[in-house]
Amino acid sequence: MTAPSTATATSLVAYEDAVRRYDPVLGIEVHVELGTLTKMFCAAEVAFGGEPNTQVTPVSLGLPGALPVVNGKAVEYAIRIGLALNCTIAESCRFARKNYFYPDVPKNFQTSQYDEPIAYDGWIDVELEDGAVFRVEIERAHMEEDAGKNTHVGGATGRIQGAEYSLVDYNRAGIPLVEIVTRPIEGAGDRAPEVARAYVQTLRDLFRALDVSEARMERGNVRADVNLSLRPTPESPLGTRTETKNVNSFRSVERAVRYEVSRQAGVLDAGLPVIQETRHFHEEDGTTSSGRVKSDAEDYRYFPEPDLVPVAPSREWVEEIRAALPELPTARRRRLQGEWGYADAEMRDVVNAGAIDLIEATVAAGTSAGGARKWWMGELARRAKQDEVSLEDLSVTPAQIAQLQGLVESGRINDKIARQVLDGTLAGEGDPEAVVVARGLEVVSDDGALLTAIDEALAAQPDIVEKVRGGNQGPVGAIIGAVMKATKGQADAKRVRELVLDRIGQ
Amino acid sequence: MGTSDMTNDITRLSASDLASALSKKDLTSVEATQAHLDRIAAVDGDLNAFLHVSTQEALATAADVDARRQAGEELHPLAGVPIAVKDVVVTKGLPTTAGSKILEDWVPPYDATLVERIKAAGLPILGKTNMDEFAMGSSTEHSAFGNTKNPWDLDRIPGGSGGGSAAAVAGFEAPLAIGTDTGGSIRQPGAVTGTVGVKPTYGGVSRYGLIAMASSLDQAGPVTRTVLDAALLHELIGGHDPHDSTSIDEPVPGVVAAARQGATGDLKGVRVGVVKELSGEGYQAGVSARFEESLEQLRALGAEIVEVSCPSFAHALDAYYLIMPAEASSNLAKFDGMRFGLRVEPAEGPVTAERVMGATRGAGFGDEVKRRVILGTYALSAGYYDAYYGSAQKVRTLIQRDFAAAFAKADVLVSPTAPTTAFRFGEKLDDPLAMYLNDVATIPANLAGVPGMSLPNGLSDDGLPVGFQILAPAKADDRMYRVGAALEAALESGWGGPLLNKAPELKTTELAR
Repeated sequence: MTAPSTATATSLVAYEDAVRRYDPVLGIEVHVELGTLTKMFCAAEVAFGGEPNTQVTPVSLGLPGALPVVNGKAVEYAIRIGLALNCTIAESCRFARKNYFYPDVPKNFQTSQYDEPIAYDGWIDVELEDGAVFRVEIERAHMEEDAGKNTHVGGATGRIQGAEYSLVDYNRAGIPLVEIVTRPIEGAGDRAPEVARAYVQTLRDLFRALDVSEARMERGNVRADVNLSLRPTPESPLGTRTETKNVNSFRSVERAVRYEVSRQAGVLDAGLPVIQETRHFHEEDGTTSSGRVKSDAEDYRYFPEPDLVPVAPSREWVEEIRAALPELPTARRRRLQGEWGYADAEMRDVVNAGAIDLIEATVAAGTSAGGARKWWMGELARRAKQDEVSLEDLSVTPAQIAQLQGLVESGRINDKIARQVLDGTLAGEGDPEAVVVARGLEVVSDDGALLTAIDEALAAQPDIVEKVRGGNQGPVGAIIGAVMKATKGQADAKRVRELVLDRIGQ
Repeated sequence: MGTSDMTNDITRLSASDLASALSKKDLTSVEATQAHLDRIAAVDGDLNAFLHVSTQEALATAADVDARRQAGEELHPLAGVPIAVKDVVVTKGLPTTAGSKILEDWVPPYDATLVERIKAAGLPILGKTNMDEFAMGSSTEHSAFGNTKNPWDLDRIPGGSGGGSAAAVAGFEAPLAIGTDTGGSIRQPGAVTGTVGVKPTYGGVSRYGLIAMASSLDQAGPVTRTVLDAALLHELIGGHDPHDSTSIDEPVPGVVAAARQGATGDLKGVRVGVVKELSGEGYQAGVSARFEESLEQLRALGAEIVEVSCPSFAHALDAYYLIMPAEASSNLAKFDGMRFGLRVEPAEGPVTAERVMGATRGAGFGDEVKRRVILGTYALSAGYYDAYYGSAQKVRTLIQRDFAAAFAKADVLVSPTAPTTAFRFGEKLDDPLAMYLNDVATIPANLAGVPGMSLPNGLSDDGLPVGFQILAPAKADDRMYRVGAALEAALESGWGGPLLNKAPELKTTELAR
């Protein structure tokens, strides 16, 4: 289907202008692939990167005669998610069939929950970068199965248009998904893009904390569909929404919302109606384009899946799962901030830098909270930025950083040498201890060797000796500097100062 | 013709008699299997009960069972007794078509659970039997691979959808067969061919590997010549299967013990309910007469006959023809030429997935299948769902309540299985509604999930067999075996042997062995 010309003919409105005159309302659907060992309805293995069509059974291929059986672990994971989102867990709920013909859906229907989700009526607090907290209401979280993956071959764009043929990999077909649907998110105002991003990021952190998914955006473990509409004022009825599909990074979520705000404002300014449709997001330029028109909503002919019995989690089981829930990200942040004694701004920086796990592990390996933060938010953050990688992708472990800081604190190396040791570790020369030994970087602590260097320095600069003897300790730094230079920086500067003053007779 | 006479004798044995001959080593499984293969070769040219005969596989299984028996291994009671399987049940390595062009050359890579159980017990599978396409029909005339003939009269239908299994058993091509019953497809062919057919309680036999028509109604079961044989096969294929969520997680009711108990002829204290709504108008005179006589027999055996009323049964056919096509329209969506089976490219224009799906389904499905897919698609459409599918589910609940009330008054319910004896080919082919009416007495059991049995209870005025239906509460399948075996014993003593002895001899083709 082609984009309606009226929608593309209008111009974009600058974002700030758009949100001054229109109130954006969000609605976000997030799909998360669960990290179960097997698929939603059969024993086919769930693993990333297998040869196409090797992780399949008659059930996930939709062969004649095959029947689904619900994966109990997937139900448990869905309940974990539901509880973490403060939802009510259904006492009994059914799967339904969503009927539509498409080659990546092996049965030509998707088995999904429709009017009976496993979890409903919840909320989650989302923290924005400046520390403001925004509450997002959750309508439902339901279970379903993923589709296979189409690869269109022979076209320029990888899209189906112009392709010579298409291949389908059913390894992904039947992987358990939980879809989380928000209620309309109102009141975000000009911060709507930020709220959308923070919401998806909060869910990603939640999935990881709950250990229900690896939640890797780049692998498509977490996918977001972003609905957006504009209205003149917060009191006006909801406007017509668009649904931007498969927005698969935090940054893209933010950009997609920004773009749709600008675009829809342009359409409304031109006096035209926003068309209810799905839209595609383009990473390259941050724009969206028209997909499928939804006004004559497709008829999926939902009906209860007759091959499955209702899922009826006992209240005892739900309470067991609730009791076993791990600490959730917000509570953990609050606890760690208390334990570490970080100021609010410090903690926010740590969170935004994605350093919380790394610092926690470094502290666990024996480093003070201050020492750990100094490394991860200082030198390591600088190097990560320089190499354009994330902190966790640096080739140094929290245990190695703890060892490095230990070397500094025991006086065996100083801060300057420590950076050289870090170079060695990052270069794959081994643990800091090993680098110190191999590179011969240990602090010179033999007073005899130091005194020789001090005497030489004193002899070379008699004028300074005089000044110091005269009671002015200011210039002593010049002597210390000369000694440090002579010992190639391996001396403990504090000790050198003591010895110099002692030698001069002060 | 010594061989031929011997063949005849073996093929006329019931499965239980064959089993005891095998266990006494009076006979080998290879001999028994070969005898049935010979019979198939001799008569199936006329009957067309089989779509595929698996000679090599059957004989290999038979030889294996014989060797194990010779070695003194403990075997299943039915080990070595050959069996035929309706072609809607998937069999690893054997073609499985469901009677449809769309699956003409498909060979499944896996076995249905019930087939696994048959293989594990060592029953040689003779082949796959003919059926209405995707089990949609009451005459087997909707098979894409030709009509199956009724052994009683080759101009008449063998019932459907499981006409192949019923004709194979009635024609002595197999002592046992597997059928499936969504609205009567085991029981009605049983009635019109003079054989025994049982639809177990829904969930009593695993549906894993049954090519689904209507998931909430389908149930596999035995097709045999005696009630005891049905019980033996029922116990073999029944029981919980973790691959089928709707399978009952309880032991199979003691149906073999019940059949043996019933055969002693004592039904004292058993209350037999006659369903008022399943008799009278629309039932052929001979059918009604045999039914009344059977009631007298039951009374003579000590049973108490009571009348029960199930008013909602009047709407059963209507509800069935909404629920069944709705589920079928979705179940049959997977036949699209993308992964298996027939693939047809459009004659002209672009070859897109959607167009290949359309061309494949257009060419691969027969008219009755298309009719039901369209009906079902319509019934599930937005705006019509509540009026059609939703209302039908309510009727279903009412029918279940009627059954519950009736079973409070009676231990089993009875009726004629089908309103008429076998009709002639083509007689109802152009009138789907007349065809559908054949199932009026069998459909309520499927809608309620309760078990049903049909056994032969005589010949109508036209000399064709009539069936007697016994229904029991869910999970009480043993009750109908007890009553059925008692009635069978009484009837056979009156006839001086099985009813099938009255069937005309089939013309045999001389064997080239």
